[in-house]
Amino acid sequence: MEKMDKPLTKNIRPDLAFATVADYESTGGYQGLRKAIRELQPKEVQQWVKDSGLRGRGGAGFSTGLKWSLVPMSDSANDSPHPNRYVIVNADEMEPGTFKDRLLMEKDPHQLIEGIILTAYAIQAGAAYIFLRGEYHLAAQRLDNALLEAQSKGYLGEHILNSEFNLKIYLHTSAGRYICGEETALINALEGKRANPRAKPPHPVVSGLWGKPTVVNNVETLCNVPHILNYGVQWFKELALGADTGTKLFGASGRVKRPGLWELPMGIPIREIIEEHAGGMQDGYKLRGFLPGGASTDFLLPEHLDVAADFEAVAQAGSRLGTGTMVILDDQTCPVQMVLNLEEFFAQESCGWCTPCRDGLPWTVTLLRDIINGRGRIEDLDILAGLVRMMGPGNTFCALAPGAMEPLQSALKYFREDFERYMVGNKLLEAD
Amino acid sequence: MKEPSEKPKFEGLSTEEIQEINAEIAHYEDKSAVSIEALKIVQKHRGWVSDDCLIAAAGILDMSPAQLEAVATFYNLIYRQPVGKTVIHYCNSVTCWMLGAEKVREHLCRELNVKLGEMSEDGAYTLLPIVCLGACDHAPVLMVGDELRLDVTEDTVSEILGR
Repeated sequence: MEKMDKPLTKNIRPDLAFATVADYESTGGYQGLRKAIRELQPKEVQQWVKDSGLRGRGGAGFSTGLKWSLVPMSDSANDSPHPNRYVIVNADEMEPGTFKDRLLMEKDPHQLIEGIILTAYAIQAGAAYIFLRGEYHLAAQRLDNALLEAQSKGYLGEHILNSEFNLKIYLHTSAGRYICGEETALINALEGKRANPRAKPPHPVVSGLWGKPTVVNNVETLCNVPHILNYGVQWFKELALGADTGTKLFGASGRVKRPGLWELPMGIPIREIIEEHAGGMQDGYKLRGFLPGGASTDFLLPEHLDVAADFEAVAQAGSRLGTGTMVILDDQTCPVQMVLNLEEFFAQESCGWCTPCRDGLPWTVTLLRDIINGRGRIEDLDILAGLVRMMGPGNTFCALAPGAMEPLQSALKYFREDFERYMVGNKLLEAD
Repeated sequence: MKEPSEKPKFEGLSTEEIQEINAEIAHYEDKSAVSIEALKIVQKHRGWVSDDCLIAAAGILDMSPAQLEAVATFYNLIYRQPVGKTVIHYCNSVTCWMLGAEKVREHLCRELNVKLGEMSEDGAYTLLPIVCLGACDHAPVLMVGDELRLDVTEDTVSEILGR
């Protein structure tokens, strides 16, 4: 067997526009599915994925196998015309600074499809939906074609690989709004409603789409599943450098020399991602800080460059791994203005369902604008800190507002002098 | 599934639109789940969703017009007023903002002689903001119609507009 250290991106090559079903099969594609359907019970597939240590790649990092194991499996009798259980792929990639799932869907759509089929097999779901953001037109086209190819090859539909297992996969293209990435809001959107989040519990694994047990997983998470089944749990664990397992798509954008996306071992030092893979900062710019995994993660500083890029280590450093795609803050971009841009995004994308988020985020934006426009008072920093507490975890209906507060709270901690500078009228020079 | 009869309440829509909407109904447990697809189907054929079309689509899905309007106004890619032949979305999220999205927007506004959200006088373009388009390694980016445009400069804007 060839050395397989980049399972997720091995078919993403400059000489291949995208992987067809034949390309995918030629590098071991659909072998995991064959193995699972012929040799493993659904519960065993769950156990493999649990044992592999795979954690959700959408940002929260919840154990994938554990999530699946929470689905009640007792009522296997399917007497209703509709499936008893559902799988939903969260392909609503919209976290600012994140550009990984689009690539996986455009370049190797069958990898995702095999992951969906295996997940559906593991929880014995009769139908799956790919909830794709509306702007991803090329991904929609490639997935549509790939679903037809999979159907014609017998990987999808009735009696998959001559077994008793049946599955339909539907592609749903959405119509915007960041909140659809929140899993219960996504379920409401898929039911054709406004995408307001639902109260939890019950969690979707118990009562999700149309009240049925529903597993919602991120695109990159599901892309790992075929390889775990094909190459085994031990192999998957050994891919990583630290306590976590597998590989991860890491990215960097901003004023680095080579912005991009790379599949690397989970637990690789952040320094290697920024300095080696992204080539370090562009000439004339210095690293001031970075968001490790998208807009809703706390800033980290150059002193954190040696932190390992995995869930635990980044959490210990005071942030979150999030989506693993880093946004780089250079020394000529004002962190207060950057935070304003982030908060404008969150205020706009609040669904308006709960008061702290609906009113608190616009208030945050107003205060930041006032500060930047020279109308700030030093007390405003205390009010901002108060808003961070008010919109913190536990005070809002979903994770949108707590996520919005992460870059703000860390900016207040690390870049306080930049806020204060506006107060004395000593304006920063514009970045450009 | 029953074939749709072309009752007066669907009058605002073409046979083709009604067929496409009905084809989607089979994919879901509940008719009203098709609301977003139905609005997108109408929009694909007409560019936007008028009141008459919205009322007709609500009729097909057994929803009240108010229910469907609540959905239509929630999602930013559903247009409840006419838009230009091509909609240009400029990304204003963090990386694009950092790398010059505002300049791109200013250039677009100047070239099209519109403010953000407006349609050009010849009806060719509407300019709208959009959140992160998932191509931050090529910021700043635009979406022109269905097509993603990467590493955008003032020159690429002029090239896109053919001037």
